[in-house]
Amino acid sequence: MKLKAKAHTYNKAHINTDEIIPARYLNTDDEEELAKHAMEDIDANFVDNVKVGDVIVAAQDFGCGSSREHAIWALRGAGIRAVIAGSFARIFFRNGINNGFILIECQDASKKVSTGDELEIDLDGGTIKNLTKEEEYSFASFPPFVLEMLSCKGLLNKITKLGDTNDKS
Amino acid sequence: MNKNMTITEKILAAHSGRKHLVPGDIVDATIDIFMGHDVTTPAAISMLEERGIESVFDKDKIVLVPDHFVPNKDIKSAELAKRLRDFASKHDIKNYYEVGRNGVCHAILPEKGFVLPGTTIVCPDSHTCTHGALGAFSTGIGSTDAAAVLATGKLWFKIPESMKFIVEGDLPECVYSKDIILEIIRDIGVDGALYRAMEFCGSIIDDLSIEARMTITNMAIEAGGKSGIIAADKKTDDYLKGRTNKRYTPVFSDDGANYVEVREYDVTTLEPMVAAPHLPSNSKPAGKYKDVKIDQVVLGSCTNGRIEDLRIAANIMKGNCVAKNTRMLVIPASTDIWRQAMKEGLFDIFAESGAGISIPTCGPCLGGHMGVLANGERCVATTNRNFVGRMGHPKSEVYLASPATAAASAIAGKIADPREYI
Repeated sequence: MKLKAKAHTYNKAHINTDEIIPARYLNTDDEEELAKHAMEDIDANFVDNVKVGDVIVAAQDFGCGSSREHAIWALRGAGIRAVIAGSFARIFFRNGINNGFILIECQDASKKVSTGDELEIDLDGGTIKNLTKEEEYSFASFPPFVLEMLSCKGLLNKITKLGDTNDKS
Repeated sequence: MNKNMTITEKILAAHSGRKHLVPGDIVDATIDIFMGHDVTTPAAISMLEERGIESVFDKDKIVLVPDHFVPNKDIKSAELAKRLRDFASKHDIKNYYEVGRNGVCHAILPEKGFVLPGTTIVCPDSHTCTHGALGAFSTGIGSTDAAAVLATGKLWFKIPESMKFIVEGDLPECVYSKDIILEIIRDIGVDGALYRAMEFCGSIIDDLSIEARMTITNMAIEAGGKSGIIAADKKTDDYLKGRTNKRYTPVFSDDGANYVEVREYDVTTLEPMVAAPHLPSNSKPAGKYKDVKIDQVVLGSCTNGRIEDLRIAANIMKGNCVAKNTRMLVIPASTDIWRQAMKEGLFDIFAESGAGISIPTCGPCLGGHMGVLANGERCVATTNRNFVGRMGHPKSEVYLASPATAAASAIAGKIADPREYI
């Protein structure tokens, strides 16, 4: 699978789930509502700048802190298709896999991609082409377990074998 | 191949029908206890309903505790709490703890005897690592995970590498388990144990009470850990007496088990620590922040809201007043703790000093309610996170500390070293 996407880059390490979706908005789990406040405390213009299909490129330990899956839902609801980071915090990473949401660990991209860069991501080949900077970065391809989760579009589809019912994007 | 396993590998092997596991293996493990609260479990309930899943795996292994935004802070959170309550009622879940009988879920679970050595525990809350203090494998999950567990009683896990922390020395006066874990996180960083099981041992850990141990395992997530764990001992057995009739089999790491890293700490010269904004790893001895004025102090949470914590703080508050321009909130972590504190006269001490006493709630720890901070306000809290906007306005600040340091700071109206107040 290949994705073409525009990058929104955040160089700060340890962007936590309180920043991705502040707890003051956790009195709902409605994805559309949450999406209005995605990344609000770190970038007040984020929601206005994102177009459907864009990706976030971040530094290490993205998504640390609270287990709130609302962080994945808020980003997905805002139109974000994937997050590329130096590394991910464990529960956020798990939540991504369980939702069939694409999370890519790639140090090279994490350090070199700038906001606005056009990327072409090849999930099967494990490469990210930076069309703006004419660079290419590689990442370790997903293990079979994650690929299966992505193809089922999430954990609940996998265990209930209901197929394509959980993709809200 | 090394056949020896860590406590974490052994518990997960026993729960997934495997003889041997190594880090990186992915297993489906059976879950002994699922706990849910009002913020993240309603979403799981909706997922089950959307799929027409009408039954739960075992109603007696489900514990539901509204705690984050209760007593209901607004209409939307009232609806969340109602979804949790209705689910408990629909499935006849006896282990539902209503306001007035509840507490912060991570205080309730061990207090009511649900946490047993050698078991597996999950909850869609990152501080689920707390329960490793009794020798259980206990970890935070998401809402989708929660739906999967509620439906099947099983969950996938990637076996984590284990990291051992040996804590030795003599614990100085006014230095507590909170200071130890803040020092460990300072040392390894907020992702220093990313994906790993953090196993704590050594003579200092042996000497700590079960409650004090919980403060350490509670903050494993603040170093990125998948879990924190302390092998059960006689103190664990004593703690469980009268709380459970269930039999349990403690699990211990094998000699020669594989650790990706072993770190040793001597706490003899450790000082009361304070973690400054905006990361739990950003700590220094309290004395280094002496001139930092504060607006609020919060004593409570799953990290430090237990009876010992209230006793330590009350001992310092006794005969003193909260500073004129500072407010102090005391939030016992459970109803039983609240009643015990009242019986012991601790509320008189807090009230006489000018502190406010609340019923149990997570409330201010995550900027929910009951103590949200305004633009530019500073708080010393016995909680676990000091991220940007964690307790309210994005330009407010949280300093993490022990109950002793929090109490001393309330009296001083600025960050204070508790050794100067005893």
